[in-house]
Amino acid sequence: MSIRGTSAIVGVAQLDTFKTDGKSPVGLMSVAVTRALSDAGLTLADVDGLFTASSYYAFPTLTLAEYLGIHPRHMDSTALGGCSFIAQLGHAAAAIQAGLCEVAVVAYGSTQRSDAGKLVSMAESSPYEQPYGLIHPIGAFGMVAQRHMAQYGTTSEQLAQYAVSAREWALLTDSAPYPTPLTVDEVLTSPVISSPLHKLDCCLVTDGGAAVVLVSAERARDLRHNPVYLLGSGEAVNHRNISQMPDLTATEAARSSQRALQMAGVTLDQIDTVHVYDAFTISLLVLLEDLGFCAKGEGGAFVEGGRVAPGGSLALNTNGAGLAQVHPGMLGMFLILEAVQQLRGDAGRRQVDNARLSLVHGMGLTLSAHATAVLSNHPEA
Amino acid sequence: MTTAVRPPITPRGEEKVFYDRLREHELVFHRCDGCSSVVFPLRTVCPHCSSESLSIEVSRGAGVVYSFTTQHRAAHPFFADDVPTTLVLVDLDEGFRVFANLTGVENVVVGAAVEAWFDDVDAELTLLRFRPRNDAAGEGRA
Repeated sequence: MSIRGTSAIVGVAQLDTFKTDGKSPVGLMSVAVTRALSDAGLTLADVDGLFTASSYYAFPTLTLAEYLGIHPRHMDSTALGGCSFIAQLGHAAAAIQAGLCEVAVVAYGSTQRSDAGKLVSMAESSPYEQPYGLIHPIGAFGMVAQRHMAQYGTTSEQLAQYAVSAREWALLTDSAPYPTPLTVDEVLTSPVISSPLHKLDCCLVTDGGAAVVLVSAERARDLRHNPVYLLGSGEAVNHRNISQMPDLTATEAARSSQRALQMAGVTLDQIDTVHVYDAFTISLLVLLEDLGFCAKGEGGAFVEGGRVAPGGSLALNTNGAGLAQVHPGMLGMFLILEAVQQLRGDAGRRQVDNARLSLVHGMGLTLSAHATAVLSNHPEA
Repeated sequence: MTTAVRPPITPRGEEKVFYDRLREHELVFHRCDGCSSVVFPLRTVCPHCSSESLSIEVSRGAGVVYSFTTQHRAAHPFFADDVPTTLVLVDLDEGFRVFANLTGVENVVVGAAVEAWFDDVDAELTLLRFRPRNDAAGEGRA
């Protein structure tokens, strides 16, 4: 028994992806939910499965259900950090297949930017790390970058190349928060926050709400939009605290993506658009290697020469993702949204021709958790 | 000078044992009685063989820098006077890795030899820190 192709995304919405006009995190989430339902041609009364994760609410499905005044019969508050929502696509498909719910909504909302750029997190620190003033998460990623540089000769210029490419993709959207090109020099002359990472090696800090609606593949065919089928889903756990990460340059992302690709029955070279969590330039680089787009240690060379920029050989993070478009604390939902845009053919100037298969890979915390989804606008890959 | 207070830590159980031993200027780790694995941080159960019998051993405190970062901002107002600060992951000779900060040196590289020292920061808390290791001098070895 597999969940391959048994469920599909039939409604999506995102709002206030840079700065909200006065909505709370759950307020953003709630508007995203009702708009995603409207996009699907459904209503709140149809929702019987609710999935969310949050940096604000310890019991986020309860908070959201109360706010919306709904009484779902299946709840899932899986807490894997920023990749929670990608994992929840698989959880929702399994719940739908098992008859635990029929209309599943996965939702997220954050006011990280309105909160004056302070990272909002309920995450506890390890008693073995907390007394030293590690800045979460950039301190840990600085350590990842130093190790990658020492082990493989990766350079700050190479890391900057990804930031430059992401900005180029963002310029092809109508919502780019910083609508001018970026240069490698600008990245390298921006202040070092946690060596070797500069300010412009970091993702944006934005607000944002987003939601997706999933139903069974059978029901999806009767709804308004061409369904985006979940063909594969995989998860993996790496560690919780950076001091327990066995190898700072390699992650379990490989296992997560292999599980998803194997379920989908496709290989990496069949994928048309790729959406990979980019909290920092270095996290993107490590994940590209682990996902198999290049060999371990060659991520720096891989992102050179515009390979992942518009017109390059890999359509990666086609809206600029976390570095150049949106990153409200947790990015996972917005990676899914961009994949759906591409698979619906709604991606405008950045549309990848004949996009049929998308790979979405998220991490949580500091490369700690991993979740991968393979999506397609065809029920059979 | 900052007037902020140190963000409190609340070590519990085996975590408290670790901090109690730091107070005695000892960096401790576990060795599993069942499979002899080195286990760190201290655990109630061996992640390799599930034994609940683990014995505390004291590290010599000598190791090499596995990785590091120098933070140019403070994570908390309490640390404002310490910026820039260099945080390290150190691989101890006994075969485990710890997180701490590095003192007494401007620049560090991956692979640098370091040694532990113990900083009695207040009436209750002792923190593990590292400094460059000079084997010839041998002073202050943990």
